[in-house]
Amino acid sequence: MEVGQLQRKFVDYTASLFCEGFLDEQFTQLQQLQDESNPDFVVEVVSLFFEDTEKLLNDLTRALDQQSVDFKKVDAHVHQLKGSSSSIGAQRVRNACIAFRNFCEEQNTDACSKCLLQVKQEYSLVKNKLDTLFRLEQQIVEAGGAVPMVG
Amino acid sequence: MVFGTGSSSTKSTKGVEEVGGNLSVLIVDDDPIILRIHRMMLNKFGLVTHVVENGKEAVDLFRSGSCFDMVLMDMEMPIMDGPKATQELRAMGVNSMIVGVTSRGLESEKQSFMGAGLNRCHEKPLTTDIVTSLVQELIKHY
Repeated sequence: MEVGQLQRKFVDYTASLFCEGFLDEQFTQLQQLQDESNPDFVVEVVSLFFEDTEKLLNDLTRALDQQSVDFKKVDAHVHQLKGSSSSIGAQRVRNACIAFRNFCEEQNTDACSKCLLQVKQEYSLVKNKLDTLFRLEQQIVEAGGAVPMVG
Repeated sequence: MVFGTGSSSTKSTKGVEEVGGNLSVLIVDDDPIILRIHRMMLNKFGLVTHVVENGKEAVDLFRSGSCFDMVLMDMEMPIMDGPKATQELRAMGVNSMIVGVTSRGLESEKQSFMGAGLNRCHEKPLTTDIVTSLVQELIKHY
């Protein structure tokens, strides 16, 4: 695929992620912070988010699996995940966390387990989308083009 | 300036808006994502940033003689949280601009954090607009 086509694909794909609510304005802020002296800033921050989330999801799975669930602990993990997803603009993950926290307050184990599944699903979706986006960027750079600024 | 263990600093001279005088900011936060983002934002304004991971490290830095023009203080941290660290810094006579950052939206918690001695309090993550207004206030008053 030639550079122009790749760039158009990138622009359309990015726009769709915002339209479908996967990403919000905070992601645009991150893109605007990136420059020639920090060309991998967005990838670095998003990678931190992936690492952090994977650990939190494991901790949450373990915490909800206990005989006697410590809802304070569960809430603390969800709070952290809400914060980090907010920081990178992963809107749907963040919204899933908000619902999750309500059920932590009610100390409803079943509802919390369902919320955890929902959060895992949203995380998996946004991870795939972002991996695809970064691959597209890489292809543009390898083809000798510049990555368009979107948003 | 003396730096404690666990702190690090970077400076970028290429920024959206350059501010004169090498103003320095201490970022106090245990969240590596927030640290990376806030550090990047502040470096863009030409500010020198230093980073520590909890309130005790911040207090120890000031106690050892370091000083910073502004402190970005996270509310919830292990070992020593934001409100406690802010109280200690003010009790030590630290006059730097201290800006609280919180991921909690509760007005009562923000008020309580302000009561510890903050100049301003914002929800994280900070936006470029908020950082612009903080830097403008910093230049005006300090």
